[in-house]
Amino acid sequence: MTPVLAASAGNVLVWIVWVVAAFACVGTGIAVVSFSNAFYSALSLIGNLGSLAVMYLLATAEFVAAAQVLVYAGAVVVMFLFVIAYVGPRREVPWAGGPAWQTIGAAVAAGALLVEIIVAVGLKAGGSLSHTDHVGGSFGTPGWIGRLFLADHLLAFEITSIVLLVAAVGGVILGSHTKRGGPDLPPRLAETQREAETEVAV
Amino acid sequence: MLGPGTSWYLALAGFLFGTGALGVLIRRNPLIVLLSLEIMLNGGNLALVALSRHWRNGAGQIFALSVMAVAASEVCVGLGLVVAIHRRRLALDVDRLSELRG
Repeated sequence: MTPVLAASAGNVLVWIVWVVAAFACVGTGIAVVSFSNAFYSALSLIGNLGSLAVMYLLATAEFVAAAQVLVYAGAVVVMFLFVIAYVGPRREVPWAGGPAWQTIGAAVAAGALLVEIIVAVGLKAGGSLSHTDHVGGSFGTPGWIGRLFLADHLLAFEITSIVLLVAAVGGVILGSHTKRGGPDLPPRLAETQREAETEVAV
Repeated sequence: MLGPGTSWYLALAGFLFGTGALGVLIRRNPLIVLLSLEIMLNGGNLALVALSRHWRNGAGQIFALSVMAVAASEVCVGLGLVVAIHRRRLALDVDRLSELRG
């Protein structure tokens, strides 16, 4: 097989994988938004993140793809599933929340946002997106990312660590147990307890 | 460059961002609002990665990794808030959590 034919066969293969991943991405994204049960939404988010990892691989971002699977599918979704299981099942009809004008207005606002993005990108970069670039073989590999992070973008790396530390401290404080009962009880909880006591008395 | 050009990636990224925005706007369960927020952030990440390849500049991928870290922090704090709301026996509904009185 000549190199040209091999390159075109590879191109077709990449296109097929891309289209499959794109459809999976769009489908699971819509599923996340429209499932009434939060548990199913979180499960579809795993599919969305997985197909996005395939996208990153096709876009020569191997390290970002690996980090996507590890950080999102490995940590974030597990945290979501734990909290959903902790909070318990609660169903909600996604398209029949408040008044109809609110739902329609929300859909129109999201559509306007999408159109705005497309118009802005098209006006700003429409002409320059058509040329093709060849990236080097090491583009996106972990070693390359590591060199970039610790040489050119060291400040971003350090600030990321501080952000994560602050978020961890905040999560611990928010999730820590407060004293039950006593004077520092939030007013609504006190009301609920009073109601419960009245019911018992009745 | 094999496969689809940058504009295809950007179109998909824009669609994902719009889907996430729709979810944030129409859903009232704070957990699903957070999930939709993740989709929005992932749309932004996809655009960053695609443009990083397009301009042969690694800063886009570095930015995408930073966005990932910020998203993880946001989920950590957001889920902490959801747990705190649940513990105070308030309704898990963003329409009914419109006051800051606790």
